[in-house]
Amino acid sequence: MSTAQPLTGPAPSIHTISLFVNNKPGVLVRVALVFSRRAFNLESLVVSPAAEGRFSRMTIVCSGAAEALGQVVKQLAKLIDVVHAVDHTGDASYEVEIALVKLECALDKRTEILQIAEHYKARVVDYGPESLVLQAYGSSEKLDALIELLRPFKLTELVRSGKLLMARGKAVT
Amino acid sequence: MQQKHPTGGEKLIQCLEREGVEYVFGLSGGAVMPMFDALVDSKIQLILVRHEQGATHMADGYARATGRPGVVLVTSGPGATNTVTGLFTALMDSTPIVVITGQTISSMLGKDAFQEADVTGITYPVVKHSYLVKDGNDIPRIVREAFHLARSGRPGPVLIDVPKDVGQGPCTAPFTDELDLPGYEVPGRGDPALVAEAARLLTEAKRPLFYVGHGAVISNAGKAITTLAEKLRAPVVNTLLGKGAVDETHPLHLGMLGMHGTAYANKAVVGCDLIMAIGARWDDRITGKVDEFCTGAVKIHVDIDRAEFGKIIQPDVSILGDARMVIEDLIPQIEMGDTDAWLKQCDRWRKQFPLKYPKQGGLRAQHVLDRLDAVTQGEAILTTDVGQHQMWAAQFCRTRHGRHWLSSGGAGTMGFGFPAAIGAQFAHPDKKVWAICGDGGFQMTQAELATAAVHKLPVKCLIINNNFLGMIRQWQELFYENRLSGSDLEGNPDFVKLAQAYGIKGLRIRRSADVDRILKEAHDYDDGPCVVVAEVVKEDNVFPMIPAGAAVSEMIIEAPKTRLEKPTGST
Repeated sequence: MSTAQPLTGPAPSIHTISLFVNNKPGVLVRVALVFSRRAFNLESLVVSPAAEGRFSRMTIVCSGAAEALGQVVKQLAKLIDVVHAVDHTGDASYEVEIALVKLECALDKRTEILQIAEHYKARVVDYGPESLVLQAYGSSEKLDALIELLRPFKLTELVRSGKLLMARGKAVT
Repeated sequence: MQQKHPTGGEKLIQCLEREGVEYVFGLSGGAVMPMFDALVDSKIQLILVRHEQGATHMADGYARATGRPGVVLVTSGPGATNTVTGLFTALMDSTPIVVITGQTISSMLGKDAFQEADVTGITYPVVKHSYLVKDGNDIPRIVREAFHLARSGRPGPVLIDVPKDVGQGPCTAPFTDELDLPGYEVPGRGDPALVAEAARLLTEAKRPLFYVGHGAVISNAGKAITTLAEKLRAPVVNTLLGKGAVDETHPLHLGMLGMHGTAYANKAVVGCDLIMAIGARWDDRITGKVDEFCTGAVKIHVDIDRAEFGKIIQPDVSILGDARMVIEDLIPQIEMGDTDAWLKQCDRWRKQFPLKYPKQGGLRAQHVLDRLDAVTQGEAILTTDVGQHQMWAAQFCRTRHGRHWLSSGGAGTMGFGFPAAIGAQFAHPDKKVWAICGDGGFQMTQAELATAAVHKLPVKCLIINNNFLGMIRQWQELFYENRLSGSDLEGNPDFVKLAQAYGIKGLRIRRSADVDRILKEAHDYDDGPCVVVAEVVKEDNVFPMIPAGAAVSEMIIEAPKTRLEKPTGST
């Protein structure tokens, strides 16, 4: 008989939500408004066509009070253009993300960077005289760790795809 | 020979006819002219308003009085933005309206064309759903979907934005009944296991209470709830918008609960050991301080909107479904409860803490509304604005039937009452319809006096004139050391003369002794609109009162002698 928690609690945490939506203009705004109204911050958002072209997939990573997440998912599911919404936080879904990292460094300073890159199976995709670009993929946590290791080396640009996610087996994403 | 196709505008109006639309409430303008032109040849009657907000409240009043969607037709830009308050009002109270807005031509979208506004963008947060029509051939499907969405499930406003070239261009698509709404569910009957669990808990309860909201009115669950309450022998309270679902004069009815509810209803809320919400959403006007609301009582929640479960209160049993169907399924599973002591306690509270008001010291709003209840006998449709008069009307005008009490609850929209009454009167030409307004709210949409006059509508408008924004003044007196700020409505017009300027009958009540006679005169006048102005005492307060954010048990039953702390709740 406890009461529901307020929507913005003191302890924000990270959540992953997957949406199956109509592929129509305006859907993204409707989805974004559900988060912004409740002071949830979107960490990443990936929109792509679903297997059937009239639908799209949205994979959303957001931060906000864990207690309020259930309400956010219900409000998303209530949108007419959302066919279904699933909270994948903490479940066993397969997750992957890609990061591109640009480092500014002269040719003679690269050995250590390349060692780190090799350890993380990151590939050099642009090799210039004063900079190089690494492409890495894997779980978001793995990419976080790689990026922290690279920060001391004059990391000038960082672009991440945002998390992609698919439920395993017969579970629905 | 080439077949002549209708224009998009003509097709749209034909689609409205096909949906059974009788009236369109609207105001024209450049971008919406194709649709207004099509109305000339339509059997649908156009009700020309004087401001678009008025059109939305008329459509809303029509919808609340009938359950059928009310329709609004306005132009682009300012015409469309003027509907935002009405959309918000309809969304907050779950009423079905369909608002059709003209838009600039497709090729000028996003280019700051004359009277171009991003109307779908502006209205996203205040609609159940919306459409920007890009292809005229989508019109039949979109209109079908819009009406289905507006009235099904948890009803709400739907907006259709129609660029002028789409309205003017041909529409070759046939009418359709097909809906393309994957994932949209309309709950019906409740889960039988949950209904059985609710039946068990209800039968076991010693002090059960039914808390009835707007959802019960919308789903026409009142008769079933009455049967259930009589069978279980349990008292009933309702929210502001739940008024009329169950006859408020029924012996088991304790009136309205919440911030300005009856003391006995709120005492029952504090004292119950089971509370069952039926189409109600544990609004902050009801719960007060949530942490202290009905602690220890079993909570059952029946709602058609899954998102309401656990939003404010975590229920013990949540039943997703249509309120009427759920209650009808529940009735055969209920046995007569052991509630004698509980019913006696409720009756003691009713006798001990009746609604009352001073009988001397000038004309009282409560007296006028108490007598309006006597004159109308609960057979008139009452609409209200927002503020003190609304709360007094809710207390003293006991609603006997569903769809006879139309008030802006969630949004608290001043200016709602008078246009809503016009919409209700169009819906029910043979019924008596009274708008109960404050002097503040009435002035927000008083331009619709012209609309009522033109159609010689027999709508009655009772203005409770205290020359203040009364509820604001009450709060300033109680919580802000009586430092009045922006609550004095100095400069009010003479409302009787104002009515007369429109050719409308105007009556004035100054003395308590005249109340019955003048209300009766207005009630029996059916040749056109009638405005009754009750010049009531300027400074009077609504009690009982639960200060915003306080627990229900902290209810103030009579005027306090000492200064109160500032409330912690939102408003």
